[in-house]
Amino acid sequence: MYNPQLDADGNLKHLLTIEGLPKRILNQILDTAETFVGVAERDIKKVPLLRGKTVCNIFFENSTRTRTTFEIAAKRLSADVINLNVGTSSQSKGETILDTVDNLIAMHADMFVVRHAQSGAAHFIAQHVPDNISVINAGDGRHAHPTQGLLDVFTIRRYKPDMHNLRVALVGDVLHSRVARSEIHALTTLGVPEVRVIAPKTLLPTGIEKMGVQVFHDLKAGLKDVDVIMMLRLQNERMSGAMLPSAQEYFKTFGLTQDKLKLAKADAIVMHPGPMNRGVEIDSSVADGSQSVILPQVTYGIAVRMAVMALLGGGQSAGAAAGGLLGSSSPSSLQAVGGGSMPAQGNNA
Amino acid sequence: MQLPNPETLLSDISAKILAQLANPELAENSALVGIHSGGVWLMQRILSQLKSAVPYGTLDAALYRDDYAQRGLKAEMQPSNIAFNVQDKHIILIDDIFYTGRTTRAAMNELFDYGRPASITLAVLINRGGAQLPIAPQIVGAEILLKPNQSLQLSQDTKGKLHLSLETDDLKASHV
Repeated sequence: MYNPQLDADGNLKHLLTIEGLPKRILNQILDTAETFVGVAERDIKKVPLLRGKTVCNIFFENSTRTRTTFEIAAKRLSADVINLNVGTSSQSKGETILDTVDNLIAMHADMFVVRHAQSGAAHFIAQHVPDNISVINAGDGRHAHPTQGLLDVFTIRRYKPDMHNLRVALVGDVLHSRVARSEIHALTTLGVPEVRVIAPKTLLPTGIEKMGVQVFHDLKAGLKDVDVIMMLRLQNERMSGAMLPSAQEYFKTFGLTQDKLKLAKADAIVMHPGPMNRGVEIDSSVADGSQSVILPQVTYGIAVRMAVMALLGGGQSAGAAAGGLLGSSSPSSLQAVGGGSMPAQGNNA
Repeated sequence: MQLPNPETLLSDISAKILAQLANPELAENSALVGIHSGGVWLMQRILSQLKSAVPYGTLDAALYRDDYAQRGLKAEMQPSNIAFNVQDKHIILIDDIFYTGRTTRAAMNELFDYGRPASITLAVLINRGGAQLPIAPQIVGAEILLKPNQSLQLSQDTKGKLHLSLETDDLKASHV
């Protein structure tokens, strides 16, 4: 089956969603990330892999943590980084997504990190860009947030190396959560035998059990004997209509407190993709407690994003790179004016 | 072609490294660094013969290679692990086969990101000729001139014994 994320040799070309990616690729990313954890612990936290490459963070939707960690990851790989908060720039003046992207291609960008409120935006851009450019989805609508899913399974693997013997619970607003979808795909692809989702009926998409998860509507029953608890943020900004009586009511029934945490295994870890709503989905004493690995998630997020960029940024044959210079969207007669970019063709003829 | 016994070559370079570490001026401040995978096997064998503790580490150097743009990352990377302070150390860098010098160049660049060593000495089991950079090993087990279409590999069996194997690719040019 054609997978736009893989090239003809089966190597990663774009990272758009974890759904449909083979286990081999997920393990390759996670193993590569181990190398980058060490880089971050050195005095000089930089390696020269992406020297001379330009990474564009195109954020059509606001984000601080994700954009910052992508920026740090790219800089630690020695890339030049451009951050575009499109929400506050050209798009508000009426420019289309593809015009924005075409302009960045004309500036010789090598990699795009895209966040957009519409599901499928990164996929749309990946179909449009020439061969030498890779696209990384940094969150599209309710669809996917693949690097978050990867950094979450990387964190789990670091604390609980035997993935084939784990019980993992996702708690909260699954309905609006692209993070939850990416986590579920990553966990099931890597062979985690039991993934539970725990949420009120109003915050679960219909048919979620078809993703291979067990559904619980009672937090206490769902947390029983789990190894990993992944809390999700209550996404008030995406809610329309009455899905919940109130935040206080939600905390009472679905908020993670010390008492409820005791139902999980004694060595269970607690995760949260951030930003946290303290006192809504998670109690402060749990968020700051000894079982919380929320801050290590952030640290590992940089290593995982470095691994994804390092795997995407290298290994282009000379032919593919030259083809990329010509671009797929522009007439070649216009390119010839540039001259400098196509000497090989001219001389060899 | 008759290949030398790698175990003999290892004893040879071990003796030279031990002699260098015996030099009181260097001994205090020396460290061993093995390049994955062959150099790490050799380093572990050399460490087992040392009477006193010497700081040591491992390098992969994949993140510093000059062929990343063409070939990408190799499939199985090993994390580098340099837990000692590189600053002002006399480092003996250990690799199995010395060929173009590009791996050594990458490894030296990586080492300098950990600190400024006092000196780096390169020790290899075999120098197969064909250096493309002004880099040469100082401690060498054997010199065997090979053609570009030949590939010499060091392997380690489950009992830890070292083996050499030579392959010739008839499709590749045998001369430059």
